[in-house]
Amino acid sequence: MKLTRIAQLGAVAAIAALALTGCAANEGTPGNGSSGNPSESGSALSGTLNATGASSQDAAQQAWVAAFQTANNGVTVNYQATGSGVGRDNFLAGGQSFIGSDRAFDVEEIAAGGFGSCASDAIVEVPAYISPVAIIFNLDGVDSLNLDATTIAQIFNGDITNWNDPAIAADNADVTLPDLAISPVHRSDPSGTSDIFTGYLEAVAPDAWPHEASDEWPLSSGEAAQGTSGVVAAVTSGSGTIGYADASQAGDLGTVAVKVGEEFVPYSSEAAAALVEASPLAEGRSEGDLVFDIDPAAAPAGSYPIALVSYLIACEEYEDAATAELVQAYFTYVTSAEGQQVAAEAAGSAPLTDTVREQITAALELIG
Amino acid sequence: MSTRTDSAPTTAPTAAPPAKRRLGDVVFSGTALGAGILILGILVAVTVFLIAQSLPALTEDPAENPILKGESFLAYVGPLVFGTIWAALLALAIAAPLSIGIALFISHYAPRRLAALLGYIIDLLAAIPSVVFGLWGALTFAGYLQPFYVWLNANLGWFPLFSGPVSATGRTILTAALVLAVMILPIMTAICREVFLQTPKLHEEAALALGSTRWEMIRMAVFPFARGGMVSAAMLALGRALGETMAVTMVLSASGVVSFQVLTSTNPTPIPANIALKFGEAHGTGVNALIATGLILFIVTFAVNAFARWIVNRRAEFSGAN
Repeated sequence: MKLTRIAQLGAVAAIAALALTGCAANEGTPGNGSSGNPSESGSALSGTLNATGASSQDAAQQAWVAAFQTANNGVTVNYQATGSGVGRDNFLAGGQSFIGSDRAFDVEEIAAGGFGSCASDAIVEVPAYISPVAIIFNLDGVDSLNLDATTIAQIFNGDITNWNDPAIAADNADVTLPDLAISPVHRSDPSGTSDIFTGYLEAVAPDAWPHEASDEWPLSSGEAAQGTSGVVAAVTSGSGTIGYADASQAGDLGTVAVKVGEEFVPYSSEAAAALVEASPLAEGRSEGDLVFDIDPAAAPAGSYPIALVSYLIACEEYEDAATAELVQAYFTYVTSAEGQQVAAEAAGSAPLTDTVREQITAALELIG
Repeated sequence: MSTRTDSAPTTAPTAAPPAKRRLGDVVFSGTALGAGILILGILVAVTVFLIAQSLPALTEDPAENPILKGESFLAYVGPLVFGTIWAALLALAIAAPLSIGIALFISHYAPRRLAALLGYIIDLLAAIPSVVFGLWGALTFAGYLQPFYVWLNANLGWFPLFSGPVSATGRTILTAALVLAVMILPIMTAICREVFLQTPKLHEEAALALGSTRWEMIRMAVFPFARGGMVSAAMLALGRALGETMAVTMVLSASGVVSFQVLTSTNPTPIPANIALKFGEAHGTGVNALIATGLILFIVTFAVNAFARWIVNRRAEFSGAN
């Protein structure tokens, strides 16, 4: 059809107008109810926070940022999941309001100082995200298996190679185990989940698992997959596969009930949170540096011993007082009961217990 | 008007007048020259970047490097180079005969309409993003291939390539090579098709007139003429296969071992897949170490290309192009 010059210009203008409506200002994630009703949020906070860090916290951070920005219209929080290592490097280099990290700074790093994002060398570290690591498997007709620590270690080390091995059958009298080869699946990329799982195996079964805890899987045998979603996909598509992944993504795969003390504890948020509450604080750190010394071998009864505890790290003193106020407000929200519930719904994490929350609140008062 | 004619030139012959250059000539030659210099400049810039960013990892003590963790750089990158070349060779071995066959079919055997349609569909394969190939390979293709691998291992397990414990999910280097082969097929087919179509009709007609069959005509007239083009196509495809990242990362169960068994869960890791896996959590000089492996990949690709060019040039005087 023949368009006149004016009609062509009109068409271009209409398309441009349609396309540019997509460039609305930061409205928050969809599915989060009303996006910023000015009359509701009576908050006077405003400013921007820039953060990078752990990708394990990413889903939770997106939910926290959306909820926090809805409640405080003038605030923008930018969290970029770059990985914990990059986050810690960025915190040292400068320019970060706070970071998320699967591992807190160790004592030597804090003593060395040089935190470019802070006005002083005192930092505040609080646990904000507890994510249980589930051991998932794919066996026809089996939803749950009871396994003790040694058996799990032997399976992942390649010493137990068949599902109908007596060691597995001993704890699972009411399950018919098939004559099928076991295919253990691990992470091919370095990951905090691998670190937690190998840390657990090293702590509870050092004879059957002679390797050190590390974020890179120490063995070259077994199936490797990239990312949590890769491991879940590999376990789902194979038969007789067993792997470990963040519990929130386990879906409807069978999971293992891990032996703690005398009983077998299936994974659940409450059980994972119980692990953190009962663990002692790490020694030799300042008041604001709340790092829990998680020892899976000393897990209290009824707690699930394999969990990732991810930290939020901020400065005690900032160059800019407004940043300090914002960071304190954000951290307070994140660790509140409401914030933890938001994260549990968005990312499947385990909400912090009230006891831990009290300790965190005391630490957060040191900011600013 | 009178003309004066000399019997013999008394002065040296004057130089030929310079060719007339209009604005169009100047602009075009300048643009062509500029584009050539730009490409060379970009290549030099990439090389400089790779070398500059690799040096911190190569010059420091490996024990301090979070990625190398004490082993020397060559010991770290050796298995990765093996993985890269092995995966790319497998892919090329699968894709090359297939793509030459498709190109021949399109250029010499198929009816005109079918040839055009087939060419269009093959080009459409090139438009599929590599991430999609990775997802398809990991989620669907590997599952389909797994029973075939079990059969292969049961019946041909005596052959070293097919020995070893079979993977339960099918995510092996053979699957990755098959996915890579599908990805490099369009490039090779397109270039081979164009080159085959360029064969001088006279040569083809002459061969046919001498009583050769269609296949003999192709062997005598088309292949010698197209050899350089086929090698170019293979080199481009090999370059893509050597550097393909996302598809291999998602499909392969990468363990970093040096192994020739193609049906097991423990597979060699190609360099791009290794960089993709490790880069997310890499920091400090670990990043430099990964970039250094990228530099090694660059050198390997360069060496393979140079080697192939040398092979072609050795026999250039026998090719039908002369």
